[in-house]
Amino acid sequence: MTTVSWSGEPGTSRGPGPFLSVRDLSVEFSTEDGIVHAVDNLSFDLEKGTTLGIVGESGSGKSVTNLAILGLHDPAHTKISGEIWLEDQELTSADGTTMEQLRGNRVAMIFQDPLTALSPFHTIGRQIGEVYRKHKGASKKEARDRAIEMLRRVGIPQPETRVDHYPHEFSGGMRQRAMIAMALVCDPDLLIADEPTTALDVTVQAQILDLLKELQQQFGTSIILITHDLGVVAGTADNVMVMYAGRAAERGTVREVLREPQHPYTWGLLSSMPRLNASVDVPLTPVRGTPPSLLNPPSGCPFHPRCDYTKLAGPELCFGQRPSISPETGHGDACYLTLEQKRELRTAKTEDHA
Amino acid sequence: MTSYLVRRVAGALVILMIISAITFYLFYAVPRDPARAFCGKICQPETLALIRHNLGMDEPLFVQYWHWLAGIFTGREFVQFGECPAPCLGYSFATQEPVFGAIVDRFPVTLSLTLGASVVILAFGIMTGMIAAWKVGQPLDKIASASSVVGASLQIYFVGPLLAFYLVDTLQLIPRPSYVPITENPVEWFTHLLLPWVVLSIIFTANYTRMTRSQMVEQLAEDYVRTARAKGMSSKAVFFRFAWRGAMIPIVTIFGVDLATLLGGAIITEQTFSLHGIGELAVRAVQNTDLPMLLGVTIVGAAAIVLLNILVDVLYAFIDPRVRLT
Ligand SMILES: Nc1ncnc2c1ncn2[C@@H]1O[C@H](COP(=O)(O)OP(=O)(O)OP(=O)(O)O)[C@@H](O)[C@H]1O
Ligand code: SF4
Ligand SMILES: [Mg+2]
Repeated sequence: MTTVSWSGEPGTSRGPGPFLSVRDLSVEFSTEDGIVHAVDNLSFDLEKGTTLGIVGESGSGKSVTNLAILGLHDPAHTKISGEIWLEDQELTSADGTTMEQLRGNRVAMIFQDPLTALSPFHTIGRQIGEVYRKHKGASKKEARDRAIEMLRRVGIPQPETRVDHYPHEFSGGMRQRAMIAMALVCDPDLLIADEPTTALDVTVQAQILDLLKELQQQFGTSIILITHDLGVVAGTADNVMVMYAGRAAERGTVREVLREPQHPYTWGLLSSMPRLNASVDVPLTPVRGTPPSLLNPPSGCPFHPRCDYTKLAGPELCFGQRPSISPETGHGDACYLTLEQKRELRTAKTEDHA
Repeated sequence: MTSYLVRRVAGALVILMIISAITFYLFYAVPRDPARAFCGKICQPETLALIRHNLGMDEPLFVQYWHWLAGIFTGREFVQFGECPAPCLGYSFATQEPVFGAIVDRFPVTLSLTLGASVVILAFGIMTGMIAAWKVGQPLDKIASASSVVGASLQIYFVGPLLAFYLVDTLQLIPRPSYVPITENPVEWFTHLLLPWVVLSIIFTANYTRMTRSQMVEQLAEDYVRTARAKGMSSKAVFFRFAWRGAMIPIVTIFGVDLATLLGGAIITEQTFSLHGIGELAVRAVQNTDLPMLLGVTIVGAAAIVLLNILVDVLYAFIDPRVRLT
């Protein structure tokens, strides 16, 4: 037997490490139909001032993961295990007041549809200002001035008049800018953007992404960017995590993952993505099959029901045992295929595709 | 806003015209002849004709309607019966008085009853609904929900006498319901109307408890509420500043619809507690086939509902900035 020694009291403090560190996070919802395993043993890190893109199909647990960081799940129906460290603070065990002080202040979030995500009953200025008042103790007047300043910063024309308008008087792109202004009003260290451009048209999408990048450069904000779209990740993120069924399928730098994708699911995502420089008659092949039920996730590798390579990797492994992501750091993936096999398959695929 | 109100009021006047014309036609087309009722048992045809003439009943229906309409502005004179100064809504031959005067006399009773009950309904219904929503799934929620089911199934003419028996006769907690003008003694006005307010509001309150609860629960799941929480707003602020606004919109809408039913309930309540309000006037007019009185009550009732609905729409625009009154 070995003696276990603690480097410190668990859940209180920790030595220097990444800015955000998620360790073995699991999130389960109890519903009428049973337990939904939305996030399963997920770990990832985010360095200060960088952007992590999280990609995956609908239902892969992207939003659930990030709502867990903010502590926005209803505790009555949700079981969360694992640890989420924001610098030296553990968030899954933090109390309500601590989380309230953190939200909108150190960690802010932007949602997909700015029309429904903004309150229809309050002016834009008030919605931005009240975050500032809550966290910085500012007066009404100061909050209003700050709101105008923020609106100007995100590129809204005539912020002095716009500040008194309601969300329904803004266009979609303007609303998302206002949402960003609201998220950034307290200069957060971490910004979580949950599909910030999905509801917008393409030109506006590009503008919003540029705006995020620009603000990041100015203020050194760390960003988690959730998206369906590997194209968005390619242009915006430093690192990528591909999620499947609440787990990480692959992670690495954008370059690594897009150039040398290792996981069959990532291959699927890439070949279902239109390329600007490819000829139009190259068919897009979506990942076959449907996302798995999270009430009753598949055994072994959760991707196996949709995977073409189980024979190659060894069915007893793929069907029987959860692959964990390896190597521990750097470019890693959760698949039993050997590096050799992956390389060959990938080359064959790119030749197909080109 | 002003032009909106002008247009709404103009529209309301047109509606009231139509209602009055239809009611007029329906009432005066019935075979029952008020002149005959006055003529007595041994009725000479000449006397009958004279009475009919004095009542203006020997003219075609549309001329009679025209006289009625004009009377509102000019007043009328009924030879042998009496004077009906403007605004004249007709003259009740059964009670020998101008209809408008009779209504004005009783209006404060019904108004006090309806407004007071509205306050009880909204204040109490919304409050209990909010408590239930705040404590969803907990004992308080269950109690509120269960009692609202019981409340909704009660009837005025059943609860009224029952409560009167216990609270007034047995326990002597509150005085026997009656109407004391508010200008005379506000405290007595309040205490004497307390029981009728409670009784009239019981069935409605329950409804509003349930509605508020379900609306709040629905609103709390909305995206903008999640945003408010993501901004660090406390649960209380989220509940009372954000979700509340959204939940009130359908409630105000339903309240506008319920106003007519509430007025109906006021009639039953007046009957139950022998309050001399418009409801009682209407019931007696029906018993006496007092058509002018019935017509007057119908028009005033309709006017009240139409006006209150305009008020509700204005309120609606105050709650929801997306609603434009243009
Ligand atoms: N409160 C909840 N109760 C029960 N199940 C939930 C809850 N929230 C999310 N889920 C389930 O968890 C799974 C993951 O959901 P999540 O919203 O994280 O997906 P996502 O990756 O963000 O998808 P999308 O791209 O559609 O936003 C889904 O199957 C969803 O139905
Ligand atoms: S582990 Fe097996 S099933 Fe899973 S992706 Fe790799 S080859 Fe496919
Ligand atoms: Mg999502």
